Amino acid sequence: MKVVYKAIWDLPVEELFASGHRACAGCGPAIAMRWITKTAGPNTVVVNATGCMEVTTTQYPETAWMVPYLHVAFENAAAAASGVDSAIRVTSKKGLWRSGKTNVIVIAGDGGTYDIGLQSLSGMLERGHHVLYILYDNEAYMNTGIQRSGGTPRYAWTTTTPVGRAIRGKIQAKKDIMGIVMAHRVPYAATASISNIIDMSNKIKTALEYTEEGPTFLHIMAPCPPGWRFPEERTVEAARLAVETGYFPLYEYDHGKIRLNPPTSNMVADPKRRKPLREFLKFQGRFAHLTDAEIGELEKEVVANLEYLAKLASL
Amino acid sequence: MSLPKVHEIPIGGIITEPGSSRRNLTGGWRSLKPIIHDDRCIRCRICWMYCPEGTIKETKGEFVVKGRKYQYKYEIDYNYCKGCGICAHECPTKAIEMVPEA
Ligand code: SF4
Ligand code: SF4
Repeated sequence: MKVVYKAIWDLPVEELFASGHRACAGCGPAIAMRWITKTAGPNTVVVNATGCMEVTTTQYPETAWMVPYLHVAFENAAAAASGVDSAIRVTSKKGLWRSGKTNVIVIAGDGGTYDIGLQSLSGMLERGHHVLYILYDNEAYMNTGIQRSGGTPRYAWTTTTPVGRAIRGKIQAKKDIMGIVMAHRVPYAATASISNIIDMSNKIKTALEYTEEGPTFLHIMAPCPPGWRFPEERTVEAARLAVETGYFPLYEYDHGKIRLNPPTSNMVADPKRRKPLREFLKFQGRFAHLTDAEIGELEKEVVANLEYLAKLASL
Repeated sequence: MSLPKVHEIPIGGIITEPGSSRRNLTGGWRSLKPIIHDDRCIRCRICWMYCPEGTIKETKGEFVVKGRKYQYKYEIDYNYCKGCGICAHECPTKAIEMVPEA
């Protein structure tokens, strides 16, 4: 990644995501939106899939966005962004686009990416549009009342994966969305977390720069206090623990090469530097029912995933 | 709030005023209020960085607090602060205190 911001004092000051939005107190995705807009700057078009960040930011007749913004539906944010990109390209060629290099960014949640918007995302990646697609992952359909998605982890409680005698929360594992995106051989894809803002902002800058070549993708970990069932002051801590326990590894895929980023790279080099998964799980109500055996099972999955990524990084 | 007349609304669900959500003062959501104790603040910028509402204002200038000179000051705009407490939880010097709303 290109290091544009070395320290906290290098971060951009101008706010392009206005206060007064209706996201819940302590919303993780809202932190992501602030930094996406701040980092991308005013010459940006945002195309938003239906989801928490659409519902809470654009309550008619008001909007929190201070950049041109388009919402169409749940399943077609990537398709609509493809059209915006094509329009900019054509009008630029004809000398009618006077805004210079304009960023086109899709913002979609896990429901709009893992599930409903997957085909339009795949189409956009395959056609090679000059668009940055940002997935903010809060691991369920939250604004509609916490229903499971393809991004919900195994054993998590949601209203559609209740905890009882027959099942213990979600049965299936979280989908490897980065794997699906990388299979399209895009120029750049990376994971980031709202706890590591400098890393995240540098990845946004890098991904935007690479859109000159083709589509890029960011997967941002963005915890949800009401959906994960934890007190709202712990949102950033939750994201930090997701990274530090290896639950959500930070890495980038840059022109076919995978690179692990700190602190994930440190814990792969020295497993003692990885915190026990329990620290991430224990303050979340959605995992309150887990037994030691089930936590052990999840921990094995985390370790196996880190080993898998380390192998990919060594190729 | 006065509602616009139907012929004043642009066709197509278009919102023409960027950042108009600022009309919606979310400060009323708060049950706990963050108070920054300026004498304990080391101006690290962390609360400003993490606030989901972008409602911690950074002011540049010369500020003297207990004989120490600082270039920045952090203040909370209570019109929008929802009282989530992230700033207090992340502050490395525990300079932010959450007190019950009166
Ligand atoms: S986090 Fe605490 S010490 Fe840092 S700027 Fe904010 S109030 Fe000051
Ligand atoms: S309590 Fe939450 S909303 Fe209020 S200033 Fe602190 S971080 Fe921002």
